[in-house]
Amino acid sequence: MIEHLDPVLLSRIQFAFTLSFHIFFPAFTIGLASWLAVLEWRWLKTGDTVYAVIYRMWVKIFAVTFGMGVVSGVVMSFQFGTNWSAFSDKAGNILGPLLGYEVLSAFFLEASFLGVMLFGWNRVSRRMHFAATVIVAVGTLISAFWILSANSWMQTPQGFRIAENGLLYPTNWLQIIFSPSFPYRFVHMITAAYLTTAFVAGGIGAFYLRAGRHIREARVMLGMAMIMAIFVAPMQLLFGDMHGLNTFIHQPAKVAAIEGLWETQRGAPLNLFGWPDQEEETTKHAVEIPKLSSLILTHDLNGEVKGLKAWPKDLRPPVLWVFWSFRFMVGIGILMILTGVTALVLYFKKRLFETKWFQYWCTAMTPAGFAAVLAGWFVTEIGRQPYIIQGVMRTKEAVSPVQGLPVAISIGAFVLTYAVVFGAGGYYIIKLIRKGPETEPDVYGSHGVKGPALITDLVSQEEGQHV
Amino acid sequence: MFSLEGSLDLPLIWFGLLVTALFLYVLLDGFDLGVGILFPFAPSDECKDRMMNSIAPFWDGNETWLVLSGGGLFAAFPLAYAILMPALYMPVILMLLGLIFRGVAFEFRFKAVKSRFVWDYSFHFGSIVAAFMQGMILGAFVKGVQVEGRSFAGHPFDWLNAYSFMTGVALLFGYALLGATWLVMKTDAITQDWARKCASYVLGYVGVFMGIVSISMPIMNAGVRDLWFTLPNFFYLLPVPLATVALFIFIWRDLHKGVENRPFFLSIGVFLMGYLGLGISLWPWLVPFAVTFRQAAAAATSQSFLLVGTLVILPVVLTYTAFCYYVFRGKASHEGYY
Repeated sequence: MIEHLDPVLLSRIQFAFTLSFHIFFPAFTIGLASWLAVLEWRWLKTGDTVYAVIYRMWVKIFAVTFGMGVVSGVVMSFQFGTNWSAFSDKAGNILGPLLGYEVLSAFFLEASFLGVMLFGWNRVSRRMHFAATVIVAVGTLISAFWILSANSWMQTPQGFRIAENGLLYPTNWLQIIFSPSFPYRFVHMITAAYLTTAFVAGGIGAFYLRAGRHIREARVMLGMAMIMAIFVAPMQLLFGDMHGLNTFIHQPAKVAAIEGLWETQRGAPLNLFGWPDQEEETTKHAVEIPKLSSLILTHDLNGEVKGLKAWPKDLRPPVLWVFWSFRFMVGIGILMILTGVTALVLYFKKRLFETKWFQYWCTAMTPAGFAAVLAGWFVTEIGRQPYIIQGVMRTKEAVSPVQGLPVAISIGAFVLTYAVVFGAGGYYIIKLIRKGPETEPDVYGSHGVKGPALITDLVSQEEGQHV
Repeated sequence: MFSLEGSLDLPLIWFGLLVTALFLYVLLDGFDLGVGILFPFAPSDECKDRMMNSIAPFWDGNETWLVLSGGGLFAAFPLAYAILMPALYMPVILMLLGLIFRGVAFEFRFKAVKSRFVWDYSFHFGSIVAAFMQGMILGAFVKGVQVEGRSFAGHPFDWLNAYSFMTGVALLFGYALLGATWLVMKTDAITQDWARKCASYVLGYVGVFMGIVSISMPIMNAGVRDLWFTLPNFFYLLPVPLATVALFIFIWRDLHKGVENRPFFLSIGVFLMGYLGLGISLWPWLVPFAVTFRQAAAAATSQSFLLVGTLVILPVVLTYTAFCYYVFRGKASHEGYY
């Protein structure tokens, strides 16, 4: 039994599991950090305390989410070595410095100023506190920059040579950092993170409106979210399309899997739906729109699109997963755009904040962004298989010299831990949402501290709060 | 391709940076984990809140030094990273799981009402598991790692033996000392009195364990024995154990005289001496006793590329880290939780 445990398969499962969980947190904190910075800026600018009240509510949710993001992220930074050591050895010269830059330029920034952001209310000036919020927001973006740069290089590698000993050596750092898929992936992911946060904020705002609670704050939340849905959701469709065209040039097998297209052909149809069958090399029950695939990908009705049969069987990605994950992601994107359009219509009818069914709809859309982000990562990560570094190294060659049993045990431990810990985190976030924004001004910080977190000197004494 | 190889000894510089980053991690997260280890023994709930508050603004930044150590090893010495991580697979995963339970407790415990005790235990046992596994990793590391070609060739349970168990317990006491002296500095009244008692209690254990490690390493390894016990090396290296003994005496006196800040910094000195002793013994191995730091070094261009950024960014990181410690200076309060 034990010798049948395949460390490659188990390592894939473990990495997919831990990464899928981890991506929820940055997808949310990237957007939330930027939104908090906007809220605090509006508060300082207008002096309207509604923004401060909303800030104080969401900064608590941010703290819980960020904490979970940190602990699940630390796991990632060690797994390259524990489970993919052959990959780390081979590509370390290139990916090591990129991850090193991420830690140095982003992680310390976020971690240090998060402390000021959460606990520093009475210890630093308002401007310094605002600066801390902005720095944390910028930190999340820098972090995304480096990790997406590393990921993009693995998808579209360039700027390196393979030495006689089989190791990869960098030849051009700019080419490595800005590999062909990087700009598209970066814009697509950041936009996705912003939309994810917008739909969470909008969904919660709609929930309060529906319940008749916190009306003032809820209108701001829903209003700001709908601005994002109206303007940014359609832009995301455009960014996604550009990303797809870039993939068509550099990773055509992934696009063929997305399309469920098996035969190379001119005037290729678009499979709206269907059931790709890896064994029989066909997409069953396909609902086709003639020539549309060629038109989208080559901007020519009769342009040539490569089908999956152009690659040997063992170089094709698992088509079914890629095909359906893509449709799931695009489907949610379209729902987001429709939400924005509806919001615009309701706004001009002056019923944006009063329409009950729209409040139900927005509340239902709260988790939409997370689902789309996860589906999108499934498309891009499963779509590049069987490679870990496109065209250079296969995933099965990348694994550590570990045995199946320890990996099986660690998967079990991770599943159990994540279920308990992140289950509890989700529960506390829901509790914070149910509780809603608090208007009493002396409660601040993620720990709901009524006095300064640490006693010191002048500030608190002057205000007579010394304890 | 851009490289500083001609003008700088890159592997040596990176080795220096890496051991410094790891040492900073051991110190900074050491006192966090130490507070977690002592947590349930605190005399009251108010004390626990104070203890938590004294480290809440810092733990995340402190843990980042661990990520930097792991990331730095991957970046500058990928071969060592690729050998050590599979060799230490289980203790590393267990450490990470411990750090998860420890890390989330900071936020969760203030959100929980009835279930607060669950997160108190999560904080305590998470800290213990993380610290104990780090100690076991140290033990497995100094005993050496089996290598064939460019990868780990030992058994998955090589790390598990009586020696690594002993170093695991040793580090628990070491971190408890850092945590206790941190609390002496950052708290007052009954919390401080209690922390002072803890510190003088664990101080003895730390001494015993440091003694065991110092005696056992030369016994286990002929190279280490020759290094420390031949003339004139013996006299050059004598200041390390002598300084350690002196530090113990000073900590003891400070604790009994009621000095508040110095015991923490003297405990750092104890760690520095232990770290120096280990470093001298293991030099120049990065994977003892199979791969040296020069053999494991990444391409010169990779080390150069990251070094340029590090020299610019690291001073900034240290500056704002110091700023954050300055912002949260003074004694911790237990004040006003909902």
